[in-house]
Amino acid sequence: MAGSGTAHMRNTVDAVLTVRDLTVEFRTGRDKVVRAVSGLSFDVIKGETLAIVGESGCGKTTLARAVLQLPPPNSGEVVFDGTDLTTLPKENLRSARTSMQMIFQDPISSLDPRMTVQQLIDEPLEIWGRGDRAERAERINNLLNNVGLDPELVLNRRSYEFSGGQCQRISIARALALDPRMLICDEPVSALDVSIQAQILNLLQDMKDRFGLTMIFISHDLAVVKAVSNRVIVMYLGKICEVAPPETLYAKPAHHYTKALLDSVPVADPTRQRKATLLQGEPPSPMNPPTGCRFRTRCNAASAMCAEQEPQLREVAPGQFVACHHPIS
Amino acid sequence: MSSLLSVKGMNINFDTSRGLLEAVRNVDLEIPAGMSVGVVGESGSGKTVMCRAAMGLLQGSNVKRSGKVVFDGRELTAMSKSEVREQFGSGMAMIFQDPMTALNPVRRIGSQVSEGLRVRLGMSKKDALARSKELLELVRIPNAAAVLKLFPFQLSGGMRQRVMIAIAISCSPKLLFADEPTTALDVTVQAQILQLLRELREDLKMSMVLVTHDLGVVAGNTDYVAVMYAGEVVEFAETKKLFADMRMPYTEALLESIPTIDQKSGARLAVIAGRLPDPTDRGAGCSFAPRCKYAQDKCRNEHPELKQDPDGHLYRCWFPIGEAK
Repeated sequence: MAGSGTAHMRNTVDAVLTVRDLTVEFRTGRDKVVRAVSGLSFDVIKGETLAIVGESGCGKTTLARAVLQLPPPNSGEVVFDGTDLTTLPKENLRSARTSMQMIFQDPISSLDPRMTVQQLIDEPLEIWGRGDRAERAERINNLLNNVGLDPELVLNRRSYEFSGGQCQRISIARALALDPRMLICDEPVSALDVSIQAQILNLLQDMKDRFGLTMIFISHDLAVVKAVSNRVIVMYLGKICEVAPPETLYAKPAHHYTKALLDSVPVADPTRQRKATLLQGEPPSPMNPPTGCRFRTRCNAASAMCAEQEPQLREVAPGQFVACHHPIS
Repeated sequence: MSSLLSVKGMNINFDTSRGLLEAVRNVDLEIPAGMSVGVVGESGSGKTVMCRAAMGLLQGSNVKRSGKVVFDGRELTAMSKSEVREQFGSGMAMIFQDPMTALNPVRRIGSQVSEGLRVRLGMSKKDALARSKELLELVRIPNAAAVLKLFPFQLSGGMRQRVMIAIAISCSPKLLFADEPTTALDVTVQAQILQLLRELREDLKMSMVLVTHDLGVVAGNTDYVAVMYAGEVVEFAETKKLFADMRMPYTEALLESIPTIDQKSGARLAVIAGRLPDPTDRGAGCSFAPRCKYAQDKCRNEHPELKQDPDGHLYRCWFPIGEAK
């Protein structure tokens, strides 16, 4: 699985972000190269939430950072709002980044512990000169109210005085300060308790509706993704396995890797435990990925062809694209 | 049914600058021999503190504890620190949440796995290393001989958790405390580790206390479940009975808040509004009342005691689910 191809590209004028043939490589010593993202393409349409799912080390975070040019990709295009970010001069890139903001996995360490909440949210506004002091103060109050925090109580406190869930709310308020068009959320709820996860997922959904945001949502947990996404990309070792709307993907996964991911989600019902065979082992090293289909070393359905030919993405049902020689029918 | 571990009337309080912090309040818990018991609750509900105290740990000067812990016929609460230590390894063992930091970063895997074998079972260095290799194979680490010579940073999170499990089972403990063993791991690796623990428990006839915040993890891996809230056990039952017939509104709310692959996409998730009460100020009524959708005046003013159904199902609620209000 994990193949190449562009069959899933929608090529519409509504695309806010179009990524073509993106490759990110890291040199790790003499003649050693980690291919974190290998020739990956996707597009995100206005108002859509695109989920990117995969195990640790599959390149999902690298992909998100490459979109923001942190660091810039080795090759490929990142077209945001009609401009290719990879060729943009530094100063223009800085201003382009104001409209694409990121939310990180660890809410406590992603906020500066020496700054008060007021300073944290004011920082981007001040840097970009959005309004005078009074206007900014009002904006900060509005943002905090939006994310469900009481400005009176939180403005003068620092990040260590808050719980993980509250810190994530502050991060969201800060990300929304500059009226971004796009929000990239990198595992925003993985570090939180289940009971708090739901609160943050609902909040992200509300913010998206209220401010007309387009979102990229990264997670290793398919269950978390289901509630928030319009389209899901399943990644493995730097390549795409499957692209589909969530209803299709969860009901009829076509990729063996997608099915394995679904089977790993714990079921909160002792009478309905799955007997499915688990995915064995861990992904191979991205320094030396398998030939052909990258998933074949852990796949039950792998044949000789999988080692020789890399599968291309193709449509197997309306809106469902899979890169596999032997898809689940 | 005999109990391997029995906790009676446990209270753990910490002296802090903000006043007395009541971390664990009046907990009774029985771990039957050979069984697996889940302890479920949110961050700060006291589940980790309760487990550490049940292992006879937490003996510092700022810890105020009362109650009785009996493990395998001996009273841990009456023992000195060094006597409690004797129990570790062959009596009870623990695996921790964060496999990244629980291992010593500057010692090779082989030396860490064989330590318990040499100290507790008096094996020679050579025998201990040979046994360590077998243990790594037992926890399905491929290429075990080579892994013995590696340092923790050279392994992935899942592999490190397997090493932790190998260390924990090295001296065949009767009871394994697993404190959020899969929270830091990917779902796929989580499923592998849970399956491994299930199989090891069966092969080694080991009892287990599985601490987690995820009811989904508890469902397939435990025989009994204790739900903790604000330092108290608020519900205790056989796992099957608990899921079939929840009595405590908190347990229900916790279950509803789990994102599942069955829900409709785009649907709003159920949440538990608010957060845990301040542990230095426990208040008069039911601790969950401020967040409970069924709460009435009585709940806010009177603290509920544990009630028991005829089938042994325990719960701490004035108006349990499934009873006429």
